[in-house]
Amino acid sequence: MKSTTFDRANLLCGLLFIALGAFFALQSLTLELGTAFRMGPGYFPLILACALILLGGVILLQSIRVEGEPIGHIAWRGMFFILPAPIFFGLTVRGLGFVPALFLTALIASFASGKMKPLTALVLAFCLTIFSVLVFSYGLGLPFRRFGPWLGF
Amino acid sequence: MDFLSNLALGFSTASSIENLFFCLIGVLLGTLIGVLPGIGATATIAMLLPITFQLEPVSSLIMLAGIYYGAQYGGSTTAILINMPGESSSAVTAIDGYQMARKGRAGAALSIAALGSFFAGSVSTFLVAIFAPPLTAIALQFGSAEYFSLMIVGLVSSIALAHGSVIKALAMVALGLLLGLVGTDIYTGTPRFTLGIREYSDGLNFVAVAVGVFGIAEILRNLENEKTRSLLMAKVSGLLPTRDDFRKMVAPVLRGTVIGSALGILPGGGAILASFASYTVEKRVSDKPEEFGHGAIAGVAGPESANNAGAQTSFIPLLTLGIPANPVMALMIGAMIIQGIVPGPNVATEQPALFWGIIASMWIGNLMLVVLNLPLIGLWVKLLTIPYYVLFPIIMAFCSIGVYSVNSNVYDLFAVAFFGLIGYVLVKLRCEPAPLLLGFVLGPLLEENLRRAMILSRGDPTTFFKRPISATLLVIALAVLVIVFLPSVRKKRDEVFQEED
Repeated sequence: MKSTTFDRANLLCGLLFIALGAFFALQSLTLELGTAFRMGPGYFPLILACALILLGGVILLQSIRVEGEPIGHIAWRGMFFILPAPIFFGLTVRGLGFVPALFLTALIASFASGKMKPLTALVLAFCLTIFSVLVFSYGLGLPFRRFGPWLGF
Repeated sequence: MDFLSNLALGFSTASSIENLFFCLIGVLLGTLIGVLPGIGATATIAMLLPITFQLEPVSSLIMLAGIYYGAQYGGSTTAILINMPGESSSAVTAIDGYQMARKGRAGAALSIAALGSFFAGSVSTFLVAIFAPPLTAIALQFGSAEYFSLMIVGLVSSIALAHGSVIKALAMVALGLLLGLVGTDIYTGTPRFTLGIREYSDGLNFVAVAVGVFGIAEILRNLENEKTRSLLMAKVSGLLPTRDDFRKMVAPVLRGTVIGSALGILPGGGAILASFASYTVEKRVSDKPEEFGHGAIAGVAGPESANNAGAQTSFIPLLTLGIPANPVMALMIGAMIIQGIVPGPNVATEQPALFWGIIASMWIGNLMLVVLNLPLIGLWVKLLTIPYYVLFPIIMAFCSIGVYSVNSNVYDLFAVAFFGLIGYVLVKLRCEPAPLLLGFVLGPLLEENLRRAMILSRGDPTTFFKRPISATLLVIALAVLVIVFLPSVRKKRDEVFQEED
């Protein structure tokens, strides 16, 4: 028996598109569809979502035929530190205030690289914070609280 | 002369001290970030977009245009010096530019690129000024059906120019359109796809999506395997091209300008296509085709001019129709909307100072690039030696500040992380992000025009084929789709993109 080879990237890609399409399709069905004359809020999204599912299906079928290049390295460490950085900034910018939130955000992001040394990271985050406060807070006058209520200000 | 008085208005707007200053800052910042390898023009603009929001609309758009040219120029610099094109449109420059650099002619290659770009930019600025008003007049007669069909053309062409699988690009467009629909339905006020989060009822923030999909995803990709960049950097000396170089570059620059200007107008991203087309043409007409790939001057001069001319004329569909020709123009649209300007044919009549000011600032921006960047090349070269791990915490911090500063909405920052993840996953699965962003911008417009056209035609979908302009546009879109799927074209297209990789 010939063993079937899959293109893993296409397989995942097809599944991802089908899943996303299904999400939008189900959501659209809860909205009023309307008619082609007077389209409701769900009409156009439903068409698009069905198209997305269909296209996802085609990609899925294509994945069985040929094996493409492998997915390759995945930046796990990068994702682990880069993605939380803006989330952390969002969670703390009001409470801690602009200055500490930015300092910690830069610090978190620094650790995404294996080459960064802790001391360099601290110095970098420190300089970056000073620069940003001068430029954005004083220079451009963005209405950020520099230190927030969590710190007793 | 209407044309001249319009240009005069434009130049007087663009040459106010304030606007000159912002143009300068834009060009410098654009080059600064564009020089950093791995960060292309789109990501650069996405990251710097928020800085411009505090400014007046005219200044903000002038600065953005400056960032765009700067980023493009920066991309060519890295292409020539370290064989790492900052973006796909300068990929061709790397072929012969890097060879020139290895032969110790880096300075000449950089100047040829800059001078060629400047010439092409000057010509195409005039083309924009000449062709924009009549096109605007046509566009004013467009109804909903025509707009719908036009956007379809734009979306289809973006598919044609995306790398890799056409099916995937189509899926990306559909996904982008869907994401663009998140938020409150304009006709009924019903919230859609917001997952019950009130902060998303105005829709997903455009900047957050762009920064996530282009900025964060690119950082993650660069973090995959951090190898030290090979710093085969010859000393940049002998900036001025010799008389012989000048003689060799004149014809390619002229041809590149023509090719670039023509292709740039096409919706769907002409600049990339333009540089490839120009390279192919130069290779074909040359007496010594064997020189190409080994440091041919025409291989740098032609594509660089074409690239810049295309970048310039791609403003035509944006300014006249409000239809973005490529992701960068999509970002421009986003910026205009945030500034309270509805892009489209009305901009030229209602805000002539803005319209002509942007056109004039293109030329000024190009001039600044030549005057400033040639002397500053030493500085840009130094920048290349900054290690990447120092850069991206800075980028992350600026992204966070920038996105938050748009609306002071914390949920926008969560969206950045989410779209960073989505963008990275999709890139790993070999999907191009550009069609997604184009779909995202056009989603609401497309739906609105579709619904309005259907109401006007009392639910008769044949309205799109009965109206002549709309029908013509749809035929064009169909033709592009058919051509992309033709086996012979498909093979050729694969080859072109292969060469690029």
